[in-house]
Amino acid sequence: MSAEVRSTLGVPLNELNSGGFQLPSWCWPLITVAVVLCFWEFCSRFGIISSRFIPPMSVTFAKLGEEALSGSLWPLVGDTLRGWALGLGIAMGIGIPTGVLLGSSPLAYRSVRVIIEFLRPMPSVALIPLTVLVFGIGLKSEVFLAAFAALWPVLVQTLYGVADTDPVAVDTGRAFGLNGWERLYKIKLPSALPYILTGVRISSAVSLILAVTAELIIGSPGLGQAIEAARQGSAYDAMYALILATGILGYLLNIGIMRMQCRLLHWHQSQRRIAP
Amino acid sequence: MLLEISNLGKVYGMGRNAVEAIGRIDLSIREHEFVSVVGPSGCGKTTLMKCISGLLESTTGEVRLRGKRISGTPEGMALVFQEYGRSLFPWVTARENILLPLKHQRLDKRVMNERVEEAVDAVGLAEAIDRYPWQLSGGMQQRIAIARALAYKPEILLMDEPFASVDAQTRADLEDLLLLVRRRYSITLLLVTHDIDESIYIGDRVVILSGAPTHVKEECVIDLPGLRDQVKTKELQEFARLRAHVFTQIRHDRASDTKKQAVRSTC
Amino acid sequence: MSVISVITKGHQPTVDVSSRRWSDARWRRNALGTTLEILVPLALLGIWEFVTTQLVHSFYFPPLHKILSTLVDVWFFDHMKADLVPSVARLLVGYGIAVILGVGIGAFLGLSRRAQIAVEPLIEFLRSIPPPAFLPAAMVIIGVDDGMRVFVITFVCLWPILLNTADGIAGVDQGFLDTAKVFGIKGFERFRRVLLPAAAPQIFAGMRTTLAIGLILMVISEMVASINGIGYFVLNSQRTFAIPEMWSGTIVLGVLGYLLNFMFLCVERKALHWHRGLKAGQNV
Repeated sequence: MSAEVRSTLGVPLNELNSGGFQLPSWCWPLITVAVVLCFWEFCSRFGIISSRFIPPMSVTFAKLGEEALSGSLWPLVGDTLRGWALGLGIAMGIGIPTGVLLGSSPLAYRSVRVIIEFLRPMPSVALIPLTVLVFGIGLKSEVFLAAFAALWPVLVQTLYGVADTDPVAVDTGRAFGLNGWERLYKIKLPSALPYILTGVRISSAVSLILAVTAELIIGSPGLGQAIEAARQGSAYDAMYALILATGILGYLLNIGIMRMQCRLLHWHQSQRRIAP
Repeated sequence: MLLEISNLGKVYGMGRNAVEAIGRIDLSIREHEFVSVVGPSGCGKTTLMKCISGLLESTTGEVRLRGKRISGTPEGMALVFQEYGRSLFPWVTARENILLPLKHQRLDKRVMNERVEEAVDAVGLAEAIDRYPWQLSGGMQQRIAIARALAYKPEILLMDEPFASVDAQTRADLEDLLLLVRRRYSITLLLVTHDIDESIYIGDRVVILSGAPTHVKEECVIDLPGLRDQVKTKELQEFARLRAHVFTQIRHDRASDTKKQAVRSTC
Repeated sequence: MSVISVITKGHQPTVDVSSRRWSDARWRRNALGTTLEILVPLALLGIWEFVTTQLVHSFYFPPLHKILSTLVDVWFFDHMKADLVPSVARLLVGYGIAVILGVGIGAFLGLSRRAQIAVEPLIEFLRSIPPPAFLPAAMVIIGVDDGMRVFVITFVCLWPILLNTADGIAGVDQGFLDTAKVFGIKGFERFRRVLLPAAAPQIFAGMRTTLAIGLILMVISEMVASINGIGYFVLNSQRTFAIPEMWSGTIVLGVLGYLLNFMFLCVERKALHWHRGLKAGQNV
């Protein structure tokens, strides 16, 4: 049986991968990234894009390496991380308990529903001027903005998660004699966990966005502020290097949270693979 | 011969991990015939259907429709799937579902609508035609799927365990529906099922598949009166004999795993 | 209490002792809920007014009636034309382009598993760069004009929509694909009538979150580099210590966010009514 078997979409089935001339799947993203980087280098070096405005890839990475090794990068990263962590922490500290409360009590939810629905779509950046007036231009403003923006995803997700608990599960608990508190942390919270973690993931991204925004616009210490300073000082290679660093930070945080989500939800349906 | 399947085989994987889903199937179907295919669980019935209809490419062998070799999914075939929920499109109404396959046939609008109305009338769902599939019960949804296949006016109608996902009473209704539709549309049918009673009740001929590696173990001509009834036909001695015979063959094959030559007999 | 007699509708199961008593309790709860829904926000607004007029006179937190009167004065209709319209126009243009490009490219990606594997990690990286970090780069490359602002909105909104579309199309149930194949539905017909509707719920989910991001970027881009727009207005008011004006601008932004979200939900509700019906049926 040497004929190649193909599925309906014309792509060889994975089981077929006997190695040989078929590239493993992790190769392809690397090839794409390599192509893009070379393209960047080429365009910038040969003047297709003015190298004053976009320095070549090699220069940017070199600058990034230089900043990393010289130690000037890390305090900036630390500042941004601090703003992000405090913002996310406060958001979770307020959002999760409130979400649990609102999810458990329809009356409480209905009382504040209008307020949430109005505050939630508000772009938190609209509060920047007000925040500056009240908190100044330092870390406090950054944390306030990050926390305010990050509050809503985690609160709403927790709320939905707790409210959406399978009523049959709750009643099973009741039939077995569990009281209100026990039903909460033994049934409702675990079943709401996927929602809560999705909320945390979104909130983490939002917190980072607002932290960097605050640094950019207000001038709180951190990567955002350094990027803007580089731009104003026309130090474009430093600016791009810092943007790259910010991107890498965002990417790593995102992956970290996703890993954690997988770990904590290993029992959940969404993580199950179809049994072979 | 309307449909000729010769030497059909299907292997998944290569080398040491190869799994032979179908060993060798030879089967012919005449026009206007109703043929049922039964076999032990996991013998590759669904794989067989997918290979015949062109959804999966077979490893060996060929399928000929009216003498012409099939590649890909041919025009003259319609398939009714087991899971209607994953086959009927939930974003359009039942009418739209039935219309959609007709659109690329470049028919006159009037002709298309006529076909739809006729098919829906044949399956007895005229009043539900403008509802969405998810607004209907399982049995009604499967009727819509059948209507869709009928309106398509295929040369041969393929059905892959179509009544496995509905309850027993609905199943009986749908079986009778098929027999009714047969007289009205004079279709040719190839039906795959795990339900032995169903295979005998519906068919002119029963094809019994063996266990892995799958091949045609036996073909039985069904010598029952043409007009079938859920109660009376199943009371007949011939029905019971056929049923016992098929059941024994399948059970026997689940226990043993020997290759046998295909045997054609009037059993 | 027998489990069988417990009615599990809603969050608070009640025992069906007699239907009349059950519906009475339910009606009472409903009425109480509606009352609270109206009263609590009004009460909060009332408390604000009270505190700022009677208790604490704060320059940064003017009384409610002052904010509202400023809002009416300023925004109807001068600044509506001068600031609101340009802002919203930029947002809609940027968002619109992002949707068209995102769905188009995303559909193409979703159809090709190979392309997806090759390109997705890079796009995931681009997507996780905090959008404000792009602004300085855009200002350097494009300059400080409307084109830059629209470009930034488009660039940032593009990736989530693209990824969601690709995921949605790649995740179309095999049953639908097989059905389309058997009945000869192919090419653009298949895309329009099978793939796109099947992926629509996920595409809309991506579009909804992206709208919020677009709005944020619109405001930031105006705060950093603009001479008009709501974001510019709010920041400028703060800098010139025109506090009630600043508050009025903030409220306008809040209302804008609310309205955009509301309109989006209306569109989504219409387009995905079948999906809601399907899900509701499955939960029974």
